[in-house]
Amino acid sequence: MKPIQDILKERILVLDGAMGTMLQRYKFTEEDFRGERFADWKHPLQGNNDLLSLTQPEAIAEVHRKYFAAGADIVETNTFSGTTIAMADYFMEDLVYELNYESARIAKQVADEFTAKEPHKPRFVAGSIGPTNKTASMSPDVNDPGFRGVTFDELRIAYKLQTEALLDGGADILLVETIFDTLNAKAALFAIEEVKEERGIEVPIMVSGTITDASGRTLSGQTAEAFLISISHIPILSVGFNCALGANQLVPHLEVLAAKTQFGVSAHPNAGLPNAFGEYDETAEQMAEQIKEYVEKGLVNIVGGCCGTTPEHISAIANLVKDYDPRSVFEDR
Amino acid sequence: MEGIIAPLLQTISNSRTLYIMSTNNDQQIPRFLKLSGLEPLVVTPDTNFVNVGERTNVAGSKKFLRLIKEENFEEALDIARHQVEGGAQIIDINMDDGLIDGKEAMVKFLNLVIAEPDISRVPIMIDSSKWEIIEAGLQVVQGKCVVNSISLKEGEAEFIQHAKLVKRYGAAVIVMAFDEVGQADNYERRIEIAKRSYDVLVNKVKFAPEDIIFDLNIFPVATGMDEHKLNALDFIKATAWVRQNLPHCNVSGGVSNVSFSFRGNNPVREAMHSVFLYHAIQAGMNMGIVNPTMLEVYDDIPKDLLERVEDVMLNRRDDATERLLDFAETVIGKAKENTVDLSWREEPIQSRITRALVKGIDQYIVEDVEAARQAVDKPIEVIEGHLMTGMNVVGDLFGSGKMFLPQVVKSARVMKKAVAYLLPYIEEEKLRNPQAGDSKNAGKILMATVKGDVHDIGKNIVGVVLACNNYEIVDMGVMVPPEKIIQKAKEEQVDVIGLSGLITPSLDEMVFLAKEMERQNFKVPLLIGGATTSKAHTAVKIDPQYKNAVVYVNDASRAVTVVGDLLKKGTAEKYKETIKLDYEEFRKQFLKRGKHKEYLTIAGARKNKYQIDWNTSEIVKPNQLGIQVIEAYDLSKLKEFIDWTPFFRSWELHGKYPAILTDEVVGEQATELFGEAKTMLNKIIDEKLLTAKAVFGLFPANTINDDDIEVSAPSEAEGESKTYTFRTLRQQLKKYAGKPNFALSDFIAPKESGVQDYIGSFCVSTGFGAEEMAEEFRKNLDDYNSIMVKALADRLAEAFAECLHKEIRLKHWGYATDETLDNEALIKEEYKGIRPAPGYPACPDHLEKPTIWELLNVKEAIGVELTDSMAMWPAASVSGYYFGNPEARYFGVGKIKEDQVADFATRKNIELEVALRWLAPNIADD
Repeated sequence: MKPIQDILKERILVLDGAMGTMLQRYKFTEEDFRGERFADWKHPLQGNNDLLSLTQPEAIAEVHRKYFAAGADIVETNTFSGTTIAMADYFMEDLVYELNYESARIAKQVADEFTAKEPHKPRFVAGSIGPTNKTASMSPDVNDPGFRGVTFDELRIAYKLQTEALLDGGADILLVETIFDTLNAKAALFAIEEVKEERGIEVPIMVSGTITDASGRTLSGQTAEAFLISISHIPILSVGFNCALGANQLVPHLEVLAAKTQFGVSAHPNAGLPNAFGEYDETAEQMAEQIKEYVEKGLVNIVGGCCGTTPEHISAIANLVKDYDPRSVFEDR
Repeated sequence: MEGIIAPLLQTISNSRTLYIMSTNNDQQIPRFLKLSGLEPLVVTPDTNFVNVGERTNVAGSKKFLRLIKEENFEEALDIARHQVEGGAQIIDINMDDGLIDGKEAMVKFLNLVIAEPDISRVPIMIDSSKWEIIEAGLQVVQGKCVVNSISLKEGEAEFIQHAKLVKRYGAAVIVMAFDEVGQADNYERRIEIAKRSYDVLVNKVKFAPEDIIFDLNIFPVATGMDEHKLNALDFIKATAWVRQNLPHCNVSGGVSNVSFSFRGNNPVREAMHSVFLYHAIQAGMNMGIVNPTMLEVYDDIPKDLLERVEDVMLNRRDDATERLLDFAETVIGKAKENTVDLSWREEPIQSRITRALVKGIDQYIVEDVEAARQAVDKPIEVIEGHLMTGMNVVGDLFGSGKMFLPQVVKSARVMKKAVAYLLPYIEEEKLRNPQAGDSKNAGKILMATVKGDVHDIGKNIVGVVLACNNYEIVDMGVMVPPEKIIQKAKEEQVDVIGLSGLITPSLDEMVFLAKEMERQNFKVPLLIGGATTSKAHTAVKIDPQYKNAVVYVNDASRAVTVVGDLLKKGTAEKYKETIKLDYEEFRKQFLKRGKHKEYLTIAGARKNKYQIDWNTSEIVKPNQLGIQVIEAYDLSKLKEFIDWTPFFRSWELHGKYPAILTDEVVGEQATELFGEAKTMLNKIIDEKLLTAKAVFGLFPANTINDDDIEVSAPSEAEGESKTYTFRTLRQQLKKYAGKPNFALSDFIAPKESGVQDYIGSFCVSTGFGAEEMAEEFRKNLDDYNSIMVKALADRLAEAFAECLHKEIRLKHWGYATDETLDNEALIKEEYKGIRPAPGYPACPDHLEKPTIWELLNVKEAIGVELTDSMAMWPAASVSGYYFGNPEARYFGVGKIKEDQVADFATRKNIELEVALRWLAPNIADD
């Protein structure tokens, strides 16, 4: 199989869309979340989407299958909250390794099915590494700005466990995403480097930040370029942005990345901004129309969807990008 | 800042030809140093010069150090903010100071900086000589920082390990031109070390070359020494070489070093900085620390000065230094003529008196005061008018950091002289006109060193400075019992009581006095100061005992403002309330933060003792067992052993010797003080004004029952020996796996091992004669030299202890006959074996001192006595133990638990209560 680094030079790769939006369609109840195995768990589990990899593995595989069928080259594992820090909400810290391992295994199995059917279009699994629910750069207490709810080392240790499990389960890529605090991401990258060194392996890494609002900065206050500089110390496959904004609003920030990095550039925006009910109602065609600007300007190498996006959106995007050249990654500037 | 540097840079931007980016064959974005805070900083050839702010450095800014020590982080943040507002493009943060927990301070300050977007928008330079502090800093900053610094000093393995981590944390790095051999001080060494560092970083660590910043060591020129002639030129040449031969990397440095030999001559220094930068930037220096107010626009430098400065910088002629020195004298000479001799003696009387006070010149003071006296109705008006006006200027300058303590003490000398001259006239006036009344002073302050304590340098300094500010000082001296203080305070109706102490038992004395003041219904504020005191102890232990204000005052400049606020009519009550609330809040925070620590039982701690393999351990039998007395050691031999850094600290000048002499802020003052100290020291030595006495002994010893050391000393009866026992204290804090719980007894072979081991003990003093000399100066109204004598005697005592220890190692015990260590290495305690002193971290218990006194018969042998609080008298004395085992090391016992205290009391056969009282400062609170 051709390495993903080479494919990236040939065409724009398509990332999948939202997992959460798809799972909502199943209308799983508390019992469904629990399954047999966690029937007696002392704490409520509804909403713990990562857990569905253990209790509803077929549904997870089905979502992956739909995205691959829609034209995605890469799907993300169902592990956005798969750290001991985020799982503490459900008292499931001890299950973290298994959750990540199983999620990666399921995704890899589906990817292999598709690669076998379409060898010219190999499919990849990106292990999703979320930001956790704590922040290392900001104080949760407005009256005590010097206080921190989590330390670098706590994050590093949690991320290391997740990384090991994702790789053991078969993830081809690691995707550090939805970064609202660059320090959290640096802890994740630190952990990944440790694992790489200990195992003597190379693994492609995607890094994706989140520009929170119209200020054009991350939640922890960095501009797009400052964010880029802060995470460029190790070789990565791509850097990009996801979530929070719709495709249109991301353009200026992607332009910064495209102009200033020699790594690939990725984007997986939301399906527009949420409406009054918190739903995303941008259609696949509307979104694809905006993404056209990315590809016409040559801004991206990888593109997909975040909150509110579905296989229909991904299909429209895949259809669009196949006719365009990718941003040239090693262009002389 | 930009505005000042820009014109300089403008001049050279056209001529920047020497460093062309080496061609880059990869098809890549050009490799520039990129840093980030909340915003990016990309250093391109067009960036000109990146200016690093260094005011948030405890080594570089006295004010910042003070604020950090006081945990006044809010004002410390203001310093950082001002720097960024002033144009600093990176801020350097350094917390390396022996008196603060550098790691904790670094993390705390960085966390607060990160929360201030107007500061954290720029990248941060994490500056420390300790790797653990750097790493702790890297773990709390999201942006791409600069680590300052790493080097090959400790070898390639450590260099690689640190570089790898720097890379993994995503930071750039300053590499010092320093290797295993030492600091690069010529062209060849600079490029050799830079090349080697670069190759290791780029090839072995895969460090991005654009993230490497070399600090190629800027050293002073025109020092008069031939080997310094090439200092600037070699730096510039090495910079050019580095930029041409080591692709993509950067060069930085601290610019003001280059002009140190012209301290006090700012026009020349400013020109030197500009010329240096002009050439260094052309050669490729693209980052550095420059004080923008110390920079002349290159084109505005007068041609004759420019030529001479360039001759020096570029070493263009053999007599360059002499020529610049001569010329510099004319530059400064002109200034001197105008300001010192010609004009000031012709200025109005008030200006003359003010100047005499500010400059500490007593030459004309009597003449001027007499002139003033004739101009007023009553002599008292000269004190209340002319002299106070002058002293207020001194107070303001001192308060704003523009004058330093030694200068203020000299001002006080002038003041005293003036007052002494006026006194007879005032008395005469009183006889003539009894209603006129006494001089109105600002308030009366009682000062005392508490019972059992003999140290008074700090107290005297505070007294002098307060007296300068028109307070009447009632100085009760040292070892003052509480009832005397109370009685005196009543008699004199003082407005404030100030207590001082240096040894730990003094803390309890202060608590006792506060209770007593409360019981007797005192209302006056209580000031607390001295080396062992702290805001924490004051807030937690003393403040609750006394309903009225208790204030911790750690230096003389603060004493003035605090006393001023305490006695200011109208607002004093409000201020006292604020103080009270502040201490209450501090106390709450302090007790709350009490990070829960885990302790072992004493039995558990003993199980985890430090293990020496007694079968193989190298034990040397002393050449001379028994006790020896030195009646009068040759003082001149002690000179080379003096550690000067604490001497400057006692004068509130902070910094390491010898660097302090060239310090940007206090260098000038430190140099002057140092000169005068040396003159006095030579006088002491030449005229044998102090006597250095010592008694020491080396004895067979073994550890018994884990923590006790049994010593057998010769007895008066021939051939018999008498046994003494030293009790040691053991660390009880739970340690990481593999880290032992130390006690000093671990370094002596236990009896059951069957190995005969040895221990030494000593007491030295250079205090004999000091009190008399100090008193003599005091009588002559010269507090400056009175304090100087005591400070020097203290230094000599420490030097004697160091010197004697060396003789012990080389000769009397003789376990390190091949030792070759210079004084710096001695100060760093690089020698084999240790000499811990009771009352200090390894053996905080003062109660072992009487055992030493008995063992060595100290009092009879050399006359040094112990006070009730176990302070030594004369004060300039040092006593302790010698441990000769190569594995013996210094450590701190830290906090211990009550089970050990009880055990200690039993072993020592004293009441538990007595043990609890003596060990109180070391007992864990929880």
